[in-house]
Amino acid sequence: MSSQRLVVIGNGMAPGRVLDHLFERAPHAYQVTIFNAEPRINYDRIMLSPVLSGEKQFEDIIIHDEAWYKEHQITLHRGKEVVEIDRNNRVVTASDGTKAPYDRLLIATGSNPIIIPVPGHDLPGVVTYRDLDDVDAMLSASKEKGRAVVIGGGLLGLEAAVGLKMQGMDVSVVHLASTLMERQLDEAAGHLLRKEIERRGIAVYTNANTSEIIGEGKVEAIKLDDGTIIKADLVCMAVGIRPSTAVAKDAGLAVERGIIVGDDLKTSDPAIFAVGECVQHQGQCYGLVAPLYEMAKVIAAQLSGDTDASYTGSVTSTKLKVTGVDVFSAGDFQQTEGREEIVLRDASQGIYRRLVLSNDQLIGAVFYGDTKDSAWFFQHIKDGTDVADYRDTLIFGPTYAGGDAIDPLAAVAALPADAEICGCNGVCKSKIQDTIKGEGLTSLDDVRAFTKASASCGSCTGLVEQLLALTLGDAFDPDAAKPMCGCTDLGHDAVRRLIVAGGLKSIPDVMQQLNWRTSCGCSKCRPAINYYLICAWPGEYEDDGQSRFINERVHANIQKDGTYSVVPRMWGGMTTAQELRAIADVVDKYDIPTVKCTGGARIDMLGVKKEDLPDVWSDLNQAGLVSGHAYAKGLRTVKSCVGTDWCRFGTQDSTGLAVKLERFLWGSWTPHKVKLGVSGCPRNCAEATCKDIGVVCVDSGYEVHFAGAAGMHVKGTDLLCTLETEEETIQYIGALMQMYREQGWYLDRIYKWAAKVGVDYVRDTLENVEERQSYYERFVYSQKFMQDDPWAARVAGKDAHEFTPITLDRRVETA
Amino acid sequence: MMSGPEPIWVKVCELSDIPLRGSRVLKTEAGCVALFRTVSDDVYALKDQCPHKKGPLSQGIVHDRSIACPLHNMVFDLDTGAARGPDDYEVQTFPTKIEHGIISVDLRNLGEGR
Repeated sequence: MSSQRLVVIGNGMAPGRVLDHLFERAPHAYQVTIFNAEPRINYDRIMLSPVLSGEKQFEDIIIHDEAWYKEHQITLHRGKEVVEIDRNNRVVTASDGTKAPYDRLLIATGSNPIIIPVPGHDLPGVVTYRDLDDVDAMLSASKEKGRAVVIGGGLLGLEAAVGLKMQGMDVSVVHLASTLMERQLDEAAGHLLRKEIERRGIAVYTNANTSEIIGEGKVEAIKLDDGTIIKADLVCMAVGIRPSTAVAKDAGLAVERGIIVGDDLKTSDPAIFAVGECVQHQGQCYGLVAPLYEMAKVIAAQLSGDTDASYTGSVTSTKLKVTGVDVFSAGDFQQTEGREEIVLRDASQGIYRRLVLSNDQLIGAVFYGDTKDSAWFFQHIKDGTDVADYRDTLIFGPTYAGGDAIDPLAAVAALPADAEICGCNGVCKSKIQDTIKGEGLTSLDDVRAFTKASASCGSCTGLVEQLLALTLGDAFDPDAAKPMCGCTDLGHDAVRRLIVAGGLKSIPDVMQQLNWRTSCGCSKCRPAINYYLICAWPGEYEDDGQSRFINERVHANIQKDGTYSVVPRMWGGMTTAQELRAIADVVDKYDIPTVKCTGGARIDMLGVKKEDLPDVWSDLNQAGLVSGHAYAKGLRTVKSCVGTDWCRFGTQDSTGLAVKLERFLWGSWTPHKVKLGVSGCPRNCAEATCKDIGVVCVDSGYEVHFAGAAGMHVKGTDLLCTLETEEETIQYIGALMQMYREQGWYLDRIYKWAAKVGVDYVRDTLENVEERQSYYERFVYSQKFMQDDPWAARVAGKDAHEFTPITLDRRVETA
Repeated sequence: MMSGPEPIWVKVCELSDIPLRGSRVLKTEAGCVALFRTVSDDVYALKDQCPHKKGPLSQGIVHDRSIACPLHNMVFDLDTGAARGPDDYEVQTFPTKIEHGIISVDLRNLGEGR
């Protein structure tokens, strides 16, 4: 079949989606050539904000990787901007002279950020927020910390401001209107949003018109027309976008604000289509992703011969992609004659909902604080559903609309099949449910892998989980019955029980007896089983290095460039001149590029080459330093304050207790890492109350806390007990460690384990003297086999193959 | 994958030099090659660089005929170099053979490919 030539100008999300649909419908119909003004492949532009805030990296937001272009034999011209369309001869020309003839042309030039032409707008340090180059410019400016001013308090401006704040800058937002995001939000929701933005330490100026950007050689400040001066090292203009139409206009196509297209998305030249933000359809230009995706479907259909496919415009909705701020708006919510509105406020919960109705149809909605029912309302707007029958309870959402007892799944069940669940990737309800059934999916991760729903910004995760529950019924249990991995149907608890009950003492034994589906497991189950065996059979089971993640296998932490970091133990955070001298000597001798203090009060040497590790350890060993297990699912650190030794407030010897605890607990393997803190008084300088286990000394003795977290989740500890002596404290903590070791699932921190079994259960069990003593004794017994320095063992030659690469003779030996 | 006309078989080490379900790094002037030994004593050679974020695959966990990258746990098939699951990443592979316990790798395509 002779294929036609399709040339695409632009490589953004809209043309990417057109090609996805086209290749699905008519895989070989076109030879595709793409001109991309940006020097890179296609990425998810709406996810730039998480890149700016540091929550994602560029690689995470790539839509089509190199392999995709290769697979579809696409010619991609990177960094080449098309400057001329010769419609008579059907040829486009790029800035460097590259020419490409076409049978069909797709213009997807997108939009340009608007730059306000105030004096100083061209100073270095003034950026816009549109593509990855802008994000890179902002990220490199934010390294210096300093002050940033974002001009524009709309969607993009606020995302930029929060991102820059998270990168450590001092941020102000300057907005022309009186309400933030005034195009999407009404005044009340804008007010709540402003309070939240300010709570995050960002200064907000509204009714603020920038009159000048001041600076000599680079940005120094901005000046508002009321004379206010705001200092700035970086100015980000995020005031809006303008369709990019120059090349279309020069070619004589009909252009107003955007490139004019009909319902078939053809421009005034029937051989030329246009898609995305550069388009003007029925007087409307769109700057959000959903309409682009709807257009993409129509163009793909047209290109593959379905000339009836038509685009009739989009109803859009908006969500702010700032972690922890839930804002949603859709449709038209201006207050005009003949419209009615329904408002719900819950000040204590920070919730605001407003619905706008016209002729018993929902035409607009604004939500702040609780957006979980937004899909249901959005569907009402799109469908123009008549709500007369339940108008009185409409605002309470789908759970109330049924009138029955509240079923958490009712809202999702009530959604029609084509309701969009994932806005980022345009995945609808039926697509998710069909894939769950068709592919036999059982978990959120599966759905993400197969449909991409919830795989981008994650704001629809709850909905996807509800769909899993709805589709699988009782077969979906987010926790308990979850198999360890794809190699087995057994969950963690079952495997642990069967290891002990069946006397299973090796990994092959476990897999054989428990009917593993794979010959030797996978990278999820092997480390878990290895740990369960270590815990169940201390002194008997021989650790399997090949079932450990690299960090535990080589007793150092792998870094992104393949080098390692080395952290020696500093008992309770104490060190000496001799130890510091040895560390300094090692850093010099092995040319270690970075030395840093860790959060656990010790010293990290980063960038050590793998081959050097045994020599580095040998030198450290000679000064009495041993492995700090900074890489281990095991005891990490016991942080302390100076206690009664030096502190005028100290009530007990917190440093001494920390050292004793670390000497007692070190070397133990646990389901996940364990960090302790011991504070000498309730001022809590060792931050003991967000640790896995914490001790707060008080005048009368010792408060033992547990199940805190200060990582991805932040959670204060729960009080376990209050004790009078150091000996009791150490015994209690040993027993707690063993209980966690025996019951926790691999990769669950103490707080997750405690949440599963219940804090009260842990407290009650350990309060029982006999149970406590027996856990404590099992821990002490296990420790007899654990407390050997793994570094010394490797210096002595253990696992030498790990640290010595094979090298080739220069002379190639042909076998 | 096969582009050179003649294989260039290079003896690299003995089978026993690689731990069972483990790996070794082969350092060459044209970059590192990861050698893997599976539970059934088959040996595979792959470019020692994950196409996702350049993690050293030699440092990952070998299971069945696959390797999990140590940085972000992306899993590759040792036979084909293709990523398992829906992702379409691919690692360069090199043919291997074992004769009298000696491993040879065909390095004619070393330094080429992605």
